[in-house]
Amino acid sequence: MQDSSSVGIVAPQTARFSEPLALKSGAVLPQYELVFETYGTLNADKSNAVLICHALSGTHHVAGKYSDDDKYPGWWDNMIGPGKPLDTNRYFVIGVNNLAGCHGSTGPASINPATGKLWGSQFPVVTVEDWVHAQARLADQLGITQFAAIVGGSLGGMQALQWTLTYPDRVKNALVIAAAPNLTAQNMAFNEVARQAIITDPEFYGGDFYQHGVVPRRGLRIARMLGHITYLSDDAMGAKFGRKLKSGEIKYSFDVEFEMESYLRYQGDKFAGEFDANTYLRMTRALDYFDPAAEFGGDLTAALSRAKADFLVVSFTSDWRFSPARSREIVKALLDNELSVTYAELTAAHGHDAFLMPDQHYHDIVRAYLENME
Amino acid sequence: MTHVPEQAHVHFAEAATERRDFAAIARWITPGAKVLDLGCGDGALLGYLRDTLNVRGYGVEKDDANVLACVKNGINVIQMNLEEGLSGFDANSFDVVILSQTLQAVYQTERIVLEMLRVGKEVIVTFPNFGYWKHRLHIIAGNMPVSPSLPYQWYDTPNVHMCTIADFDAFCAGHGIHVRERLVMTDGKAVGVLPNLLGSLAMYRFQTA
Repeated sequence: MQDSSSVGIVAPQTARFSEPLALKSGAVLPQYELVFETYGTLNADKSNAVLICHALSGTHHVAGKYSDDDKYPGWWDNMIGPGKPLDTNRYFVIGVNNLAGCHGSTGPASINPATGKLWGSQFPVVTVEDWVHAQARLADQLGITQFAAIVGGSLGGMQALQWTLTYPDRVKNALVIAAAPNLTAQNMAFNEVARQAIITDPEFYGGDFYQHGVVPRRGLRIARMLGHITYLSDDAMGAKFGRKLKSGEIKYSFDVEFEMESYLRYQGDKFAGEFDANTYLRMTRALDYFDPAAEFGGDLTAALSRAKADFLVVSFTSDWRFSPARSREIVKALLDNELSVTYAELTAAHGHDAFLMPDQHYHDIVRAYLENME
Repeated sequence: MTHVPEQAHVHFAEAATERRDFAAIARWITPGAKVLDLGCGDGALLGYLRDTLNVRGYGVEKDDANVLACVKNGINVIQMNLEEGLSGFDANSFDVVILSQTLQAVYQTERIVLEMLRVGKEVIVTFPNFGYWKHRLHIIAGNMPVSPSLPYQWYDTPNVHMCTIADFDAFCAGHGIHVRERLVMTDGKAVGVLPNLLGSLAMYRFQTA
């Protein structure tokens, strides 16, 4: 049975870039590939393109399925498709896996052309700005000079915001969802614990675990468990698990006693089996380093003075990792610059993960904004 | 069941009156001004000011349905509760800050008016005049007033701080507020004599003295 609101069966494509990319760190990527997917049709004047920027563990596979038997669709399938809030009947939507990713774009598990070996620990540290430059080159290849909109949640929202600063003339609208103008010390601290879990795993081998035929599974697992705690609200965890026991009675052991533990272990194991440890380190660093106000002495208003886009900023009340207060900072800086901005502070129980949930009001807001967009 | 058509009629009449209220507010605003409308509802006033004066408008609204209506109407809206203050807005960052028919429904009335004076170079406040003769008649008859400008029963009204024109004049005098202009209207027409008795809607344009 074909779901008429799905983009259907999709297939990834690969774009190759032979021109070196100078990174913010000073390192240079001599050549690279980006894997991406598209949904909908690019119109004749190429004015209906929408770029989706993914968050920490996201990919280019944003919507649709790879085959009819695929268990899960792309990660934002509830938002994107024919007749959905981001309507692929109207817009040409692009999902792209970022540099240093582990889903097909050039990253630590790719071959370093200089040595003929896997990059591993030698793969450079990348930033949000680097990603935006790389994405812009993909847009160049596709003949897109200006995006109708760039959309992202969390780390993806940071990319959408950065786009409006790096390429102000190439973005008409930015949808910055559950994001922040930078990470607080507490937020960076979670990233540091996650990285330490990975780095101190004996099977990490300084990042060169590939040649030892192992994966720092324990570290990745703990990193993901920690992440999951911070993506959910206390209320959401309480509602989902509470103090429910796995087997119905306390066993006085360190095995799984509570259902919450079972959930975290399951999520950790699943993630450790499919995600690259080196990618995880770099994604969290990109989060840590993002701070557009830094070069303006901390003045976000001055930092955003380059922006020309119209903005929709969205936050979720129970999101404590990227709290509404942080989104309000972005809104204030946009207001100070007299930019067109709408801010929706959505009542949601799911914490940071709410930006991925199919909430009716959330989707109505996004749909209304996109329908009204010039 | 005459209740339904009666209400529909009131609604239609209100819409026409609302346009005249908007037009009166618009006369106090310079074309292209940067305007903040507190409690902007579905953005109707900002839409009117954008279309007639090309203002750069932003609304503040806490209600989800109204925020969605603003987005649908293409109005820039900031979702927040204005009872929590206007700390997200710098001093003198707007040419005009408007509180249209909302004064009577806020709890922190004094604080909000002072915040408006901080954020706006000029402030426009409109409110239903509790001193309007029809309202006085209701009181004399022994009931809380119900009218087109106060269309609620005492038990379901969002209005918590009703005041008369005389009360608001005294408030301004007591807070060092310089009233530049005051316009009193009934059914969309200006009221000249005995405004506190004959006027149903009060409109003030003021700034810090």
